Amino acid sequence: MRREHLTAVSVPSPTLSAPPSASVYDLNLALVDQDGRAFGLDGYRGHPIVISMFYASCPYACPTLISELQHFEGELPVAVRESLRVLLVSIDPKRDTPEKLKQLSRERHIDEARWRLTRASEDEVRQLAAVLGVKYKPLDGGGFNHTSVLAVLDQRGRLRARREGLGKPIDRQLLDTVSLLARE
Amino acid sequence: MSTLFGVMSLAILLAQHPPAWLRHLVDEARSPRTEGMVGIPGGDWRPLFEVPEQRVVTIEPFHLDRDPVTNAEFLRFVRYFANYRRGQISELFADAGYLSHWGGPTLLGPAGPQLPVVNVSWFAARTYCSVRDARLPTEAEWEYAAAAGETRPDGVNEPGFSEKLLAWYARPVADLPAVGQSRPNYYGVRDLNALVWEWVLDFNGSLLTDDTRDSKPTDTQAFCGAGALGARDSRDYAAFMRAAFRSSLAASYTARSLGFRCAKSRKKGGSE
Repeated sequence: MRREHLTAVSVPSPTLSAPPSASVYDLNLALVDQDGRAFGLDGYRGHPIVISMFYASCPYACPTLISELQHFEGELPVAVRESLRVLLVSIDPKRDTPEKLKQLSRERHIDEARWRLTRASEDEVRQLAAVLGVKYKPLDGGGFNHTSVLAVLDQRGRLRARREGLGKPIDRQLLDTVSLLARE
Repeated sequence: MSTLFGVMSLAILLAQHPPAWLRHLVDEARSPRTEGMVGIPGGDWRPLFEVPEQRVVTIEPFHLDRDPVTNAEFLRFVRYFANYRRGQISELFADAGYLSHWGGPTLLGPAGPQLPVVNVSWFAARTYCSVRDARLPTEAEWEYAAAAGETRPDGVNEPGFSEKLLAWYARPVADLPAVGQSRPNYYGVRDLNALVWEWVLDFNGSLLTDDTRDSKPTDTQAFCGAGALGARDSRDYAAFMRAAFRSSLAASYTARSLGFRCAKSRKKGGSE
């Protein structure tokens, strides 16, 4: 009896994030970048992108995330790197103002020609996190518990590769996916 | 004359510096409809899995739907919003099971109008609520409301409360009954614990993963902040089941025993 019920509610094979044929750009979010400019979630449409969520005051995972992304880029052939775009979306809209993001961008020598550090409304953050399979929870002290996810989207915003967790060797699959997309 | 002057001065004074009770009344009048909703007083809630930074969550007073959203109510929604119909909704927002128990995209067919709507994704549920100028309840709000028994806010200390819950979890999914058949709980909310599983706004807030489940320390590289320390009350078996269930959900996922209800913040009536 119990088993039958549990079978009914347990997830057969959970898709943690967007299905391959759906465009993440269906979300249609209105982001604001480090210069206070409006930037649609699909602002990099036409380019392969790496998208990730972070927050500027994060003590451990987020500085690592940016370093890893820069390192990741460095591994790509120049032509591929030129076509790649990087979109970081803050999960902390209360504190991550454009000024704060700009400051972080300067400190980390971010290539603003190809990278954007952005913020969205609380509701938009929740939707994007849901689609990318990012788990997060605000904490009393103003910080967040969150998982780090790197996702590669193709020119039309479809999810092509995804990696969870940091501090691992550079992910060949992500690199190959980006290189493959750059040739499309 | 002087009385009239006095009354007028008082009126002006009140308009400029309204006392708290008056402000509350004005806010209440201004806030959008809360029909079919029940007021829940604020309070403290202890998350099931304790995190050093967050042992207690303070819950502001809020409104919660008395009953889960029904098929009939959801049908009205998809009639207006064609892009939330079965067959038209983006794969990003719902999987193939979406509203699969209905007769057609805008037809209930065999699905009873007063039955709780199921086979709805998180995206569809949150949009439905936002159209009503409401939102999904947070996990903390939902659990706080569902912790109440019939006679007291702390149901776990009410005789028979846990037994009833577990009896429900042990019952096979047969034909669902209509909403509102169960006895209202202490706050006047019905069916929280005995009809369907329900979406919450922050279903993806639980960091219960393979890595943390066996209580290894959380990987600080993967998680910013700390992970679960330990559980608050091992008697609350039903809450463990709900937490495990939520942690396995994805936003486009649908199930024939998963529905929802909406909530609304009491203060501004806004969506956050």
